[in-house]
Amino acid sequence: MTQPSQASANPGSSVAGDFRPSPSRVKISIDGVSKTFQVKKQRTEALKDINLQIAEGETVSLIGRSGCGKSTLLRVMAGLLPPSSGNILVNGSPLWRRSQVDTSVIEQLGVVFQEANLFPWFDVTDNIALPLKLRGVNKTERRKRARELADLVGLGGFFNSYPRELSGGMRQRVAIARALSRGPELLLMDEPFGALDAMTREKMNLELQRISLATQVTVVFVTHDISEAVFLGDRVIQLSPRPGRIEEITDVGIARPRSVDVQTTPAFGERIRKLRDALEG
Amino acid sequence: MRNSTLQKYLSWIGAPAVIVLLCLIWEVSVRVMEVSTLILPPPSMIGNRLIELVQESDTWNHTMTTVTEVVIGFTLAVLLGVFFGVLLGKIVWLELTLRPVFVLLYIIPNIAFVPLFVIWFGFGMGSKIVIATVLAFFPIMLNVLLGVKSVDPGHRDVMSSLNATKAQRFSNLEVRSVMPYLLAGMETGVVLAVIGAIVGEYLGGNEGLGYLIVRTLNQMDAPGLFAVIVILSVVGLIFYGMVFLLKRFLIPWHESVYASRGVSV
Ligand SMILES: Nc1ncnc2c1ncn2[C@@H]1O[C@H](COP(=O)(O)OP(=O)(O)OP(=O)(O)O)[C@@H](O)[C@H]1O
Ligand SMILES: [Mg+2]
Repeated sequence: MTQPSQASANPGSSVAGDFRPSPSRVKISIDGVSKTFQVKKQRTEALKDINLQIAEGETVSLIGRSGCGKSTLLRVMAGLLPPSSGNILVNGSPLWRRSQVDTSVIEQLGVVFQEANLFPWFDVTDNIALPLKLRGVNKTERRKRARELADLVGLGGFFNSYPRELSGGMRQRVAIARALSRGPELLLMDEPFGALDAMTREKMNLELQRISLATQVTVVFVTHDISEAVFLGDRVIQLSPRPGRIEEITDVGIARPRSVDVQTTPAFGERIRKLRDALEG
Repeated sequence: MRNSTLQKYLSWIGAPAVIVLLCLIWEVSVRVMEVSTLILPPPSMIGNRLIELVQESDTWNHTMTTVTEVVIGFTLAVLLGVFFGVLLGKIVWLELTLRPVFVLLYIIPNIAFVPLFVIWFGFGMGSKIVIATVLAFFPIMLNVLLGVKSVDPGHRDVMSSLNATKAQRFSNLEVRSVMPYLLAGMETGVVLAVIGAIVGEYLGGNEGLGYLIVRTLNQMDAPGLFAVIVILSVVGLIFYGMVFLLKRFLIPWHESVYASRGVSV
């Protein structure tokens, strides 16, 4: 299987490399990853021979129908689910050694799950500060940091609220702040903005773009929303279901940072049309 | 707003009002129908007898005996229940072998074994403590087991993605998820511990509130019998209240506590 290179994947784009922060350094490499689930007699090929390289600072959107293996791929990349074959390389070092994870690789990750997964016994501040607490950061320091992050995701007034007092979208934003608290090099996000209204979603998209450009964090972003995928991604990876494989890689080819106005440009509209056709076809 | 304030105080005003009303009806009907005080004494008579009893140091000694039995028995039940609950929750083959046995022991009327415990552990406080422990143990243990098995896999994922150590998982996740289950078990368990101690005292020995009930019965002292029941109820209520307060303190975030605080206005 040939590596899907950035330029050949998209005939529509111009020179693929010139808008990307540092296209030369591969941050994460997905090498021939397959995953098969076996529940009793039922075998599901959730992922089949996935190959993908993501550059440092790049944002990659992952789209595809429900059940096509997006979460599974993210879980393999997060060190939560061992692949049936293949491996993940982060900065060149393998994440999986047989079915054990290399914990030093995990340290570089921030994960936002499809469900917020907040701890109901911690308030907003303590939920965001949990990753720092586990690292042994002292209480005043981590609370200060947590409050900054809560402000960042627009939850300034809710420091002491408990998860049950928050709406679904607010909980998801707490989860994002939690994933950011360790300053990860690699951010894995599974439909993080699914529960948000259009306005907040737009704001969060801009915020995520700002963070990713400012911190050079590499982002893998799973979404159902084609427009969101195009807006955020340097590339859009499209998975096809059963078995889950990469169907198409689209280079967006619009320089980042992008303003919300980019969505009304012909180039943007053309990318969306192309992806929609591919998804429906 | 007015509605919610009313609701908040209703249980504090309503329940005592109903009790007072029932006592009044009781008092009047017993006097009107001239029921023998041996069968059903009027509340006023019970009240007088209660005041007499409360002034006797003997009553306090018996109360303290029962309280001690319940405290020791219940504490043992909590310790053993947590120990076995966690053990069975963590070790699958142990759960598969022992869980059916524990469930069986729980659902057969284990109060029937009480005479046996009296034979084995004597007529003193020992046998009552054992009975209280045995009765309170099962609901606590089974609840803890359920709690250990019910830790949210999504929460476990969060801890894994953060490279949490075993100790960190334990203190930040497992202990806290099991807590509501433990307290639910304790709520049932504390009631059973009191019942266990009293039934033990009925059957053997000459100490405790259970014994006092048997003695007043033998003396045909119906007002005394009712008065002891009142004391017993207060003791039971205090124990239950303590577990309830513990719950408020330990799991203020949990639905069962949170909802009762009435936050909607
Ligand atoms: N633990 C599991 N055991 C068995 N099958 C599984 C398991 N997890 C996922 N699958 C199967 O793998 C396939 C991919 O699931 P996955 O959760 O990755 O989909 P997804 O693309 O994230 O879907 P969605 O957009 O709905 O979140 C599905 O067919 C699902 O049934
Ligand atoms: Mg998913």
